[in-house]
Amino acid sequence: MPETNIPYVIRAYRPSALKEALMKMYLIRKFEEGAEESYMRGLIHGTMHLSIGQEASAVGSCMALTDEDKITSTHRGHGHCIAKGADLGRMFAEFFGKETGYCRGRGGSMHIADPSKGNLGANGIVGGGFPIAVGAALSAKKLGTGAVTICFFGDGAGNEGAFHESLNIAAIWKLPVVFVCENNGYGMSTSTERSTAVKRIADRATSYSMPGAIVDGNDFNAVTEAVDASVAWARAREGPSLVEARTYRLRGHSKSDRNRYRTREEITQWMERDPIPRFADLLIAHKVITRKAVRDLEDAAAKTIAEAIEFASASPDPRVEEATKYVYAERVPA
Amino acid sequence: MKALGTPEVRELSYAEAIREALDIALDRDDRVFLMGEDIGVYGGAFQVTGDLVEKHGPDRVMDTPISELGGAGVAVGAAMTGMKPIFEFQFADFAALAMEQIANQAAKARFMLGGSVSVPVVMRFPAGSGTGAAAQHSQSIEAWLGHVPGLKVVQPSVPEDAKGLVLAALEDSDPVMIFEHKILYKMKGHVPAGYYTTPIGKAAVRRTGANLTIVATSVMVWRAIEAAETLAAEGIDAEVVDLRSIRPMDRETVLESVRKTGRLICVYEGVKTLGVGAEVSAMVAESDAFDFLDAPIVRLGGADSPIPYNPQLEKAVVPQVSDILVAARDLTGGRI
Repeated sequence: MPETNIPYVIRAYRPSALKEALMKMYLIRKFEEGAEESYMRGLIHGTMHLSIGQEASAVGSCMALTDEDKITSTHRGHGHCIAKGADLGRMFAEFFGKETGYCRGRGGSMHIADPSKGNLGANGIVGGGFPIAVGAALSAKKLGTGAVTICFFGDGAGNEGAFHESLNIAAIWKLPVVFVCENNGYGMSTSTERSTAVKRIADRATSYSMPGAIVDGNDFNAVTEAVDASVAWARAREGPSLVEARTYRLRGHSKSDRNRYRTREEITQWMERDPIPRFADLLIAHKVITRKAVRDLEDAAAKTIAEAIEFASASPDPRVEEATKYVYAERVPA
Repeated sequence: MKALGTPEVRELSYAEAIREALDIALDRDDRVFLMGEDIGVYGGAFQVTGDLVEKHGPDRVMDTPISELGGAGVAVGAAMTGMKPIFEFQFADFAALAMEQIANQAAKARFMLGGSVSVPVVMRFPAGSGTGAAAQHSQSIEAWLGHVPGLKVVQPSVPEDAKGLVLAALEDSDPVMIFEHKILYKMKGHVPAGYYTTPIGKAAVRRTGANLTIVATSVMVWRAIEAAETLAAEGIDAEVVDLRSIRPMDRETVLESVRKTGRLICVYEGVKTLGVGAEVSAMVAESDAFDFLDAPIVRLGGADSPIPYNPQLEKAVVPQVSDILVAARDLTGGRI
């Protein structure tokens, strides 16, 4: 087979890294399913935004990152956390509002962060992460760490003012940040056609003099190839860039979604483009893994998730007397 | 000859005192840098940063585009990742454009993330009326931010504190918002040389008195002192407490003063309704100091109105010395 016909990820990554990536995608899927089930069982009292169907963009984007590199995430951020190496038990514990959770039960689904892994946090405000990501990139430039920041955002966030201000600042100061748009077609119920003047969000990169690319966000190989190029561009001090990953969320926006703005046919069509079997098939075709080993990975992921839920369920609640702890570095008398 | 270790004391303006603090901070700590609109060669809209860019360079005295949300948010992100940025709003009013990053991100990050991050950002807000700049360049919005848990909010009234509070803010692990009154920028006062900090959350008694407590903030401290001097000639001995910090608020100093004098006037430029004076009044009313009150509490605050342009109208909507005098005489029955 000629070298050029071999997919990028097969050329660029060791089999162990690719198997780990597939494992992370399964972990995300099982995490989200476990979260959904826990919600049904009344173990979670808040809402949640599931990323089922968007696993390739989360994991693919983080392939070239180390723990020194940063990410900012979104309200639909469980996948990004897992891709950046979060502990699943602590994630579930946060979900269940437990003291052992990433935010000691103070944050919940929309605020999971793990600074030790470079994860600066999901965000409950659409577009809240843009300037924070640019600030993290400014720190990296000033401190000379060589770190890159990936700023995940959705198609809806591209219409926030923070998007435009932040891309402009990143460009004029040539900062090492990659803006990864997970375009899943809808901001809650409003389609990108109805909300966004440009057909391609990546076209907006031109306005800020940065490279922009569009990829099939359900194709792990395509996402990784594009984002890796952007990360390399940032590390080479060439500045920011934007990658738009076209994807789809197979579940509703949140638990309140009655799915009245899209058709069953549309959802079914996207289910056929599920990123996980597509990536598994790619790895099997290139003999990175056997079909039996894929099934074993999936089973192992399910087991890990079950253990994580068990850990979270058995964890203690935060103490009510400490409800306002962490508002300030030192507690200020009320 | 001065004894060794005695700090040299000079006269500096409020703006010069802040600039000296910024200069010292930039010298002391590589992580400190300044961001803001036209703070470089222009020197800032109020010449607070002045020529700092010439000494420290454009990488540390960074002009931002006119992007308050983006600029403030970049400062927040940099603070979360190891730097100590000081962000200057050109006018406090423009903070409305950045409120998302201030109130939802900077203020909440530590709590929301279970103590795993700090946001040691410092933001500076030139605020207040008296310059004929009208409704969108004259507001006193400290109570907006004072209402947000997670922020610290200070209002220096003298050059010495302006310098000391900037340096204290940089020592703090939490976001500190510094409200600087625009008509104080040119005011001169004694400022110790070198490095020192003014404690955040600690009020200062500017004048001691026995008959009446005037709790004031920012420029109102000066109006309160002027009024107190006139009142002294009439036999009314007023104590002036400069709050300095509205979050956290120095409860003990205020209560102690009220226990002593038995009368309280709160003077502040921000809108009276739901403002700093309401908090001070409630703090006293809810405490044992209430039992020491000989008269109802009086609040003198800004009118429920935007700041008007016409100079007479502009004065009419914020407390003046004459308003304090009227209130004090009324409260004391003109005599003690």
